[in-house]
Amino acid sequence: MRFLKRFYVGIIFFFLYAPIIILMIFSFSDSKFRGHWGGFTLRWYVELFRDREIMSALYYTVLIAVLASLIATIIGTIAAIGIHNMGKFGRNIIINLTYLPMLNPDIVTGISLMILFVFLKVERGFFTLLLAHITFNIPYVIFAVMPKLKQMNKHLYEAALDLGATPSYAFRKVILPEIMPGVVTGLILAFTLSIDDFVISYFTTGAGVSNLSIVIHSMARLGINPSINALSTLMFITVLLLLLIVNKRSSNNSRKENAV
Amino acid sequence: MKKGWIAYPYVVWLIMFIFVPLLLIVFYSVIKTTDQGIVFTLEHFQRFFEPIYIMVLLRSLYLALISTVICLLLGYPLAMILASKDYRHKRVLLLLVVIPMWMNFLLRTYAWLTLLEKNGVINSFISFLGLPKMELLYNQGAVVLGMVYNFLPFMVLPIYSVLIKIDKSIIEAAEDLGANSRVVFRKVIFPLSLPGVVSGITMVYMPAVTTFVISRLLGGGQFTLIGNLIEQQFLYTGEWGFGSALSLIMMILILFSMAIMSKYEKENEGGGLF
Amino acid sequence: MKRNLKVKLTLLLAVSIVSIFLLSGCGKSYDATLKVYNWGDYIDKSVITDFEKEYNIKVIYSTFTTNEDMYVSLKSGASSYDVVFPSEYMVKRMINEDMLHKLNMDNIPNFKYIDDKFKNLPSDPNNEYSVPYFWGTLGIVYNKTMVDDPVDSWEILWNEKYERQILMLDSQRDSIGLTLQMLGYSMNTRNLDELEEAKQKLIEQKPLVLAYVGDEVKDKMVGGEAALAVVWSGEAVAMKWENPDLEYVIPKEGGNLWFDCAVIPKVSKNKEAAELFINYLCDPEIAFRNTDYIGYSTPNTETMKMLDEEVLNDIAAYPSDEDIANAEVFDDVSDALELYDRIWTEIKAK
Repeated sequence: MRFLKRFYVGIIFFFLYAPIIILMIFSFSDSKFRGHWGGFTLRWYVELFRDREIMSALYYTVLIAVLASLIATIIGTIAAIGIHNMGKFGRNIIINLTYLPMLNPDIVTGISLMILFVFLKVERGFFTLLLAHITFNIPYVIFAVMPKLKQMNKHLYEAALDLGATPSYAFRKVILPEIMPGVVTGLILAFTLSIDDFVISYFTTGAGVSNLSIVIHSMARLGINPSINALSTLMFITVLLLLLIVNKRSSNNSRKENAV
Repeated sequence: MKKGWIAYPYVVWLIMFIFVPLLLIVFYSVIKTTDQGIVFTLEHFQRFFEPIYIMVLLRSLYLALISTVICLLLGYPLAMILASKDYRHKRVLLLLVVIPMWMNFLLRTYAWLTLLEKNGVINSFISFLGLPKMELLYNQGAVVLGMVYNFLPFMVLPIYSVLIKIDKSIIEAAEDLGANSRVVFRKVIFPLSLPGVVSGITMVYMPAVTTFVISRLLGGGQFTLIGNLIEQQFLYTGEWGFGSALSLIMMILILFSMAIMSKYEKENEGGGLF
Repeated sequence: MKRNLKVKLTLLLAVSIVSIFLLSGCGKSYDATLKVYNWGDYIDKSVITDFEKEYNIKVIYSTFTTNEDMYVSLKSGASSYDVVFPSEYMVKRMINEDMLHKLNMDNIPNFKYIDDKFKNLPSDPNNEYSVPYFWGTLGIVYNKTMVDDPVDSWEILWNEKYERQILMLDSQRDSIGLTLQMLGYSMNTRNLDELEEAKQKLIEQKPLVLAYVGDEVKDKMVGGEAALAVVWSGEAVAMKWENPDLEYVIPKEGGNLWFDCAVIPKVSKNKEAAELFINYLCDPEIAFRNTDYIGYSTPNTETMKMLDEEVLNDIAAYPSDEDIANAEVFDDVSDALELYDRIWTEIKAK
């Protein structure tokens, strides 16, 4: 039974990672054509660092993803708490409105935001891009935090107040730890969505501010420059390494805690 | 704790960036520019009711449904295995499920082309074993595969987060009362995991209906889905009215099916992760 | 978990900060800025850097995916691009909709190097608004080892012998256009009957088509996935180089001739710098670097003199005047787009 479980997990992970492995292998192929092995080479990695457009896009992609997910998490968490404490009627309206960005096709959200920015005479650029990302991230944060709020014992907060805590202290030490798992889920979801968004970003950004998705999609007519494969490989390895490092530290910590 | 007012900043944001654009879409869907100026019309909605467009919608709903079901069938066991106490590094494994989503979607879909083509990786392997090559691409199966691949993590996460919160003592109690593992699953675990399941279905079904890149690349452009149709209206034909009407129709349909589903969930959607 | 989170966030933040420093560069002061909007990977990046150095003008370079994306983005008016590179039919449309500045040709003396046959194109008869950048044809690429019939007409794409071996373009105008041409009509027709006929033909063809593809057609043909494909000439050159079994043909019905041109939209705030840039691109050395990197055909006569014999004789790269005698150029049919789109949807959705 144990073996069966491991096997199943293994198969699923193989399925999830097969395309990524393919990408990584072909980042070393000396051919501009996908899937065609042309001999081993590192030239795409070299070209990658010389390509200012891709580097700039990488910078903006990470920056926007980090900022948008953080800000969206803060706004979303506060909003979730507020919504949780509203009357039923107000809550339902807001919840249903919050669903909307998730329901809309990206192109509709992208174009409608673009129209809005034009109407407000805001020049499109980094700022509008950030606003757009925050907008489509917040609903996911809210929907990640709400259940934890529901699950939380509502009297804990009052009990803390009764015991003499100030509201902000009670919030920090009582509510926040309880809902933290939801907050983290929201953050991860928001980051995941931001880092790979194309359509909404395309219509809400301005000259000079591109993200990787836009750059990659705009290569679609002439063929994806294999430097992109090189970049993806590097990004993937970086993320994996980060994950391993963090995991090592946390298991070291728990070992120390257990030892004590 | 009547602190409902702290949500108000968000409400302002909501109105500006979600509600107003929505109004714009509604506006576009019911007007038409003629030589006399802007005229109110329902013709965009009427146009939708031609058989060809209805077929496109039905096909989208159908493919999205199949993909969602497969995601559920594959994702639920994975969530269960990860949530069980046998796994030490479940958090890391869970993040590993999400990380593929951080690689560019277009690139990953292209990589599937490399895997599934006639002379692609899988077929090369198969013919190496002496078996005849299979047509793995440009059919409905490939589109479903692409959708499942892309949306599986969104199904696994909510289910996992609900499963880990199930009180272990309930399961132990059931076992003490003589239930075998199958009954425990049917009568205890599955019902308790339903909020996560509903949440997962929501997060998969909705984007699956509106996707268009997957059907274009893996379906060989032979399956026009509603997402393709909407994109065409906004970009190629400039028929924003028709595109808006299509979006609204879709929104209403999805809200409707979600209202049905919400009967099955007492608690609301989503779940914490850890 | 909290501590993990802190560590992760700190690392991310550190990476972000480091990259901010790396990329913001040392504050240089430029005389002006130029916003360029082009197709992805459609210029040799070193050309931009050299332009910046020579004229001390900062270039902000953005890319778009399709003519239509670009049009929507530009029409909405929220971004003031200075130089844009639409295809010929889109140039026509933008002229018709009064979206472009007239060019001051005195500022673009290098225009003299452009081959006469690319001046006064149907999209811009007096060259008042656009300067050609790259050009090419639309034709058929086939794999010699997989096709034994002579390939000289669009009709071979309807040959049942090649069932599921044919790749068509997932592009409304290209696919409908070539069918119209095969039937003897104009690629720019608005005639309902002619379009219906084309529609029927394409629906007939559906069982024979392996897929309607975009740029992945190149990889597929190089990989031997199909026998026949509709392809743009610039790609054909590269494809043949990689896979010698491939050949390119301009069908006898004429084929399609396309151009990508440099234009200056009316929203531009810096017309002189834009004209300077366009002029720079027409410099034979610069044009050579571009065509060398991208592989598409240049309209610059001096640059052509710098190319290899082999390239100049390649029908895919530089077809002779006879080859393209009957080729047709796309016109702007934006008033009939709804018709085309409906037909295309009906074809694809069956």
